[in-house]
Amino acid sequence: MTVKNGRYSALVVVGLIGSAPAVLAQGVGPKAEPDWSLPVHDDVTNSLLLVDRFEYQDGDDEDLFAWEGQAWWGGDTHRLVVDSEGEALVSGGDGGEVESFDVQYGYGFSSYWQAKAGLGYQTTFGPGSDRDRASARVGVQGLAPYWFEVDTGLRVSEDGDAVAEFEGEYDWLFTQRLILQGRAETSYAFSEVPEFGVGEGLNGLTLGLRLRYELAREFAPYVGVSWQDQYGDTADLTRAEGEDTEKTSLVAGVRWWF
Amino acid sequence: MTNHEHSGRRTLSRRDIIRAGTSMGLLLGMSSLLPGYAFGLTGNNELKRRVEGNSDIYELTIDRTPLTIDGRRSVQPITVNGSLPAPLIRLQEGREAVLRVTNNLDEPTSIHWHGILLPFEMDGVPGVSFAGIAPGETFEYRYPVRQSGTYWYHSHSGLQEQLGHYGPLVVDPAEPEPFEYDREYVVVLSDWTFNDPGEVMRNLKVAEGYYNYNKRTVSDFFDDVATMGWSAAWEKAGMWGRMRMTPRDILDVTGAEYTYLMNGMSPDDNWTGLFEPGEKVRLRVINASAMSIFDVRIPGLPMTVVEADGQKVEPVETDEFRIGVAETYDVIVEPQDEAHTLFAQSQDRSGFTRGTLAVREGMEAPVPDLYPRIERGMAAMGMAGHGDGGMDHGSMEGMDGMHEGSAGMNGMKHGDEKQPPIADRQISHGPDNHGAGAAMVASNPRPRLDDPGVGFEHVDHRVLTYAQLRGLHAWPDEREPQREVELHLTGNMERYMWSFDGQKFSEVDGPVPFRHGERLRLILVNDTMMDHPIHLHGMWMELETGNDGYRPRKHTLLVKPGEMISAQITPEHEGDWAFHCHLLYHMKAGMFRVVSVQ
Repeated sequence: MTVKNGRYSALVVVGLIGSAPAVLAQGVGPKAEPDWSLPVHDDVTNSLLLVDRFEYQDGDDEDLFAWEGQAWWGGDTHRLVVDSEGEALVSGGDGGEVESFDVQYGYGFSSYWQAKAGLGYQTTFGPGSDRDRASARVGVQGLAPYWFEVDTGLRVSEDGDAVAEFEGEYDWLFTQRLILQGRAETSYAFSEVPEFGVGEGLNGLTLGLRLRYELAREFAPYVGVSWQDQYGDTADLTRAEGEDTEKTSLVAGVRWWF
Repeated sequence: MTNHEHSGRRTLSRRDIIRAGTSMGLLLGMSSLLPGYAFGLTGNNELKRRVEGNSDIYELTIDRTPLTIDGRRSVQPITVNGSLPAPLIRLQEGREAVLRVTNNLDEPTSIHWHGILLPFEMDGVPGVSFAGIAPGETFEYRYPVRQSGTYWYHSHSGLQEQLGHYGPLVVDPAEPEPFEYDREYVVVLSDWTFNDPGEVMRNLKVAEGYYNYNKRTVSDFFDDVATMGWSAAWEKAGMWGRMRMTPRDILDVTGAEYTYLMNGMSPDDNWTGLFEPGEKVRLRVINASAMSIFDVRIPGLPMTVVEADGQKVEPVETDEFRIGVAETYDVIVEPQDEAHTLFAQSQDRSGFTRGTLAVREGMEAPVPDLYPRIERGMAAMGMAGHGDGGMDHGSMEGMDGMHEGSAGMNGMKHGDEKQPPIADRQISHGPDNHGAGAAMVASNPRPRLDDPGVGFEHVDHRVLTYAQLRGLHAWPDEREPQREVELHLTGNMERYMWSFDGQKFSEVDGPVPFRHGERLRLILVNDTMMDHPIHLHGMWMELETGNDGYRPRKHTLLVKPGEMISAQITPEHEGDWAFHCHLLYHMKAGMFRVVSVQ
């Protein structure tokens, strides 16, 4: 057995996207008539909306509704991918944040990996003036050895602020339907953006454990716990606003797709 | 001598009732009000022919027919003359077959005569051999019948096969059979879904492992720890994890979705074949499934295999055989009791179907439990199976018990078997290991023809292997192959991509060229973790078993994971022929090529 690793860095692949493969003649023989339909249609377009987190977070001081999901549309290799993540305060305050709404082109460059490149949008809403910013993003998403789902990328905002993002997930199956998902999310900012509470350096770490029950593959209620800690300048900015840098929440929600 | 009993004794099947009801103008809905067991679910439903000179003429009509399957009403079935499976067609060797097919669907359809050698325009593959049969149109198939045996026919359009568009095809020989039997039945195995096959395909495409409810769990890991110790269990989990492969991927669509059928009947319906005590019964077993490989046995009753894929083989007695999708096996049994269960479990043991051979209607025999769930072992990864040297087994200690179908379990293993001619062949996967369409490649694939396959580790009886198949005759062309064509079976479960050499049909530039009248060796290398039944239209594949005796001729070869297999071919008929994996959704995903014989 030869394990096939992705041998390309994300940037190389992004550079290659421009040179999509030429359209090849269909694999039918010389006797096939031009007006015949193809014997198999293997280049169908599919689409999926997967909402991995759709949950209520019960925190110490505030309660939140949070979401994270991905929609894609396309074939085996070329896809349009929309990712979004955000939260809204339910109690303990008003407002919330669409942390990301990214529209990216996804290119499956190896069996398990997809390169993504596109534009993102971030906005806050609620008390005070709404802030928003656009960004460009490149990244890689896929299945790493040992079954880790990984989504990582580099984002550069319209103001030139850059941040590296990483998110990983792992599923432990207790039964065929009772599944514990572990998540880790972190980011590293190359410059400070105070209006979004981002300090330079490693921003923080969010860890989650969610135990879901797949009533159907498409519908899985879960309960769990989410723990967040902030570091460095980001933590300082949060303290300056009088908030805790460490938060623990109980979560309950539904993972669903269609 | 043979005494074909396919008339008179047979009572009305449920299909007959349905058709009778229709012709009498009764509401079709009536049939769903009656439980399945209210009818005698026996025998086979045979299509009448009209004889005209040297031609046998058959009329077939394709319809969408609401039926009750396993007690549930479905409006989905695509039927031939109102029947699911389609009625039994009996052709006669040496005569001309004329089959007029009328399409009453609102979409194009087709019929492919699986295993029949004929002019390519009659092969029935839309887009390769003809344009297909448009709605409302009648297409006349006309071809000389120059072979005999058990075959089948099915739609080659879209996913229609999944909805019941398949049926048995038997060609009665011009010469007497070299074996005796008193009675015969066709046994059509299939898988039925009450959902839209397009939805099944989509679930496979967007959600890896959607139908697999036998994935490895945390407790499986601790079971391994208990049996093989911490380090070996950790090593095993790590090895599979590094590859992002699961040893529990056996079938893509499982009993979680499928109701498995025998002659259109569910296990509860209990299809029954009647016999008189003392009779020899010939069973013509056809796997007409979309996606299900079956393991077939009659507990307590040995079976003598006399034909494989319609072609005679040296009779070989066995207790169980694995039948790939699209394969056929003819077996002769001598029932000892008043009732015997004919048991067919899916390869992944997620479900089964059964019928009964009985002296009276309404009887049943004990139905065995499914075999334990199975895991694939090292051989599946093409890391060389039992005994083959050259691989680093040092890190695999404790895994010996997992080797697929370890040959010691197979009571029929011959100690003196010769290896197939390709046994020591060195293969290459190309500079890019077949690209993104192939999630893995077999580093050291070997022929494993004496291996019955994964999942028989626990059985203590005989299981048929390809190595045991020996043709009864020499075939006309005894030349050594002049040319070799090597194709790799490739796939990527994560995005449900299936292909040859990493390229889907739509990515391939032109057909695979075969030269008319040449002698060539086709070599298939399975670079995936699943068994693939590979079907070549229009010509025989003479399987190179390396045994003394003659090569068995097959139209479909079930290639095990990590296996390399070879066949000699003489392309006799010019034209374009389909070549594909007969797992329906694999074909649909692109595991399809056209072979052009010029």
